[in-house]
Amino acid sequence: MANLIAILAGVLCLFMGVVVISAKNPMHAVIALVANFVGLGVLFLLLHAEFLAVIEVIVYAGAVMVLFLFVVALLMAGTRAPQESRGKNLPGQVPLALAVTGVFAALVVFALAVRTVLVAPPPSTTDFGSITNFGRALFTTYLLPFELTALVLLAAVIGVVFLARER
Amino acid sequence: MTLPTVDFLVVSALLFAIGAVGVMVRKNPLIMFMAIELMWNAVNLSLVAFARQFQAISGHIFVFVVVVAAAAEVAIGLIIIVLVFRHRDQADVDTLNAMKG
Amino acid sequence: MALTVGIDIGKALLVIIFLQAAFGYLTLIERKLLGRFQLRPGPNRAGPFGLLQPLADGVKLLFKEEIIPAGVDRFVFLIAPMLSLLGALMAFAVIPFGSPVHIFGRLVPLQIAGPSLSLLYVFAVASLGVYGIVLGGWSSQNKYGLLGGLRSSAQIISYELAMGLSVIGVLLAAGSADLNQIVSAQTREWFVFPQIVGFIVYFICAIAETNRAPFDLPEAEQELVAGYHTEYTGMKFAMFFMAEYINMITVSALATTLFLGGWHGPAILPSYLWFLIKVAIFLFVFVWLRATLPRLRYDRLMAFGWKVLLPVALLNAIGTAAWVALVHP
Repeated sequence: MANLIAILAGVLCLFMGVVVISAKNPMHAVIALVANFVGLGVLFLLLHAEFLAVIEVIVYAGAVMVLFLFVVALLMAGTRAPQESRGKNLPGQVPLALAVTGVFAALVVFALAVRTVLVAPPPSTTDFGSITNFGRALFTTYLLPFELTALVLLAAVIGVVFLARER
Repeated sequence: MTLPTVDFLVVSALLFAIGAVGVMVRKNPLIMFMAIELMWNAVNLSLVAFARQFQAISGHIFVFVVVVAAAAEVAIGLIIIVLVFRHRDQADVDTLNAMKG
Repeated sequence: MALTVGIDIGKALLVIIFLQAAFGYLTLIERKLLGRFQLRPGPNRAGPFGLLQPLADGVKLLFKEEIIPAGVDRFVFLIAPMLSLLGALMAFAVIPFGSPVHIFGRLVPLQIAGPSLSLLYVFAVASLGVYGIVLGGWSSQNKYGLLGGLRSSAQIISYELAMGLSVIGVLLAAGSADLNQIVSAQTREWFVFPQIVGFIVYFICAIAETNRAPFDLPEAEQELVAGYHTEYTGMKFAMFFMAEYINMITVSALATTLFLGGWHGPAILPSYLWFLIKVAIFLFVFVWLRATLPRLRYDRLMAFGWKVLLPVALLNAIGTAAWVALVHP
């Protein structure tokens, strides 16, 4: 049952990923990316990362993608919506991109296939990714990185306020 | 019977590749940006999968930091996109050549 | 195994059917109460006391012509109301609405599912509900729809922050993010007393999250016709409407669970009735506020959320944390 859900969620993620990069309309890309994040949340849940699964949905699907939605709706509204010029690529842009990433993906998959040590996961303790364990690690061992992320967010807030101020 | 870690890693690698293709092929800045988000999350998936494999909570902390960094990056990136493309009729990064020598 | 699955499906169906019925009668009760507040009888033609009014409204909406405006993005236009309703219905899945009961000789919790992070699950699902509104507003190719959708996304993001922070006090006091444990932590004392600040902030944010008066900016009829659902007709409009009312029930149920002791109450009534009574009190307050308060101006709304509610909720969270760490280890 869990395996079936995992396979479905994985296929959903990959399909929605393809939709994101092939969508003509950015709004469709936003919807596909939200579906992708929900699928990833399911995968996280199956990997015993329940807190991260919720964070993935709340932060990415609930906040980051709403920002995207906002910007797409603002920029793409009306009849004078900016369009992406099609067909004026650099020489060999699409085939080269496909080739490079294809080789990369094949290499990674091959490397994973020969590493048989990753085949059998250890039995997880029931509270491995629980909010308690996560919080304890975050606020003791990893306190400094946590404080630094706060600094990163502060920098981002100041940057956005600076850029968005009325001139 | 849980799925082996390697299956999750394959999904992660393919997602990363899809995102990379998106960044290289598309010219709409918004879709390129979304493809970058796709790549971030592909990496997150592999980190979570490795965390379960080695029972290491540090993998989860790493994902947390990545999520925060990505949120900050999106906020900054989107305001730049809005400022640059508000008065243009082409949402196309190839037209941004004002600094061309 | 089959019995467990059967009971689970039964519970899910029961909750969904109950929510639909509650939606229907909530519209009637709201119109009745609004009528009373304005010294008029309210709907009283369909059936005794107007009790068949929801049925009449439902039949009318079912038989209305479905209009899809020219030039809209049909796919987005069609999924927007569905997303809206889906988010509203899914959030109810983890709310415990009664003490466990015996069915077929086994103890069944009155809750569809009880994950250990059920409180965060509610917030995750609730944060997805905004997509229906924004996509509906954007896809109808209508300036009022677009403005309503954009206003709504800004409003919901702003108030979600304060809402999340206001609940942290309860989380700390109960020591768990599991709604069941939060309910059982309130056996002796309801959290509304020590967490009165959190409760007030939560309730104000809940009104804003559900787009109800005095925060109904996204559908301010004098400025925006009907906001994000201007172009929707028939059942698609009904789905938006249903989502708004079911969201009201959900935030009321969550407020009951977090602050008013959930289904706890004196044993003279069954636990689920206590739960219903408490939710009904919140719903009455929702209608009361709509009948009483004028709508806020948009910049006032934003300033209130960011400059008042957010700092207050933050101080409450810090204060509770200090209390838990120092006084109540």
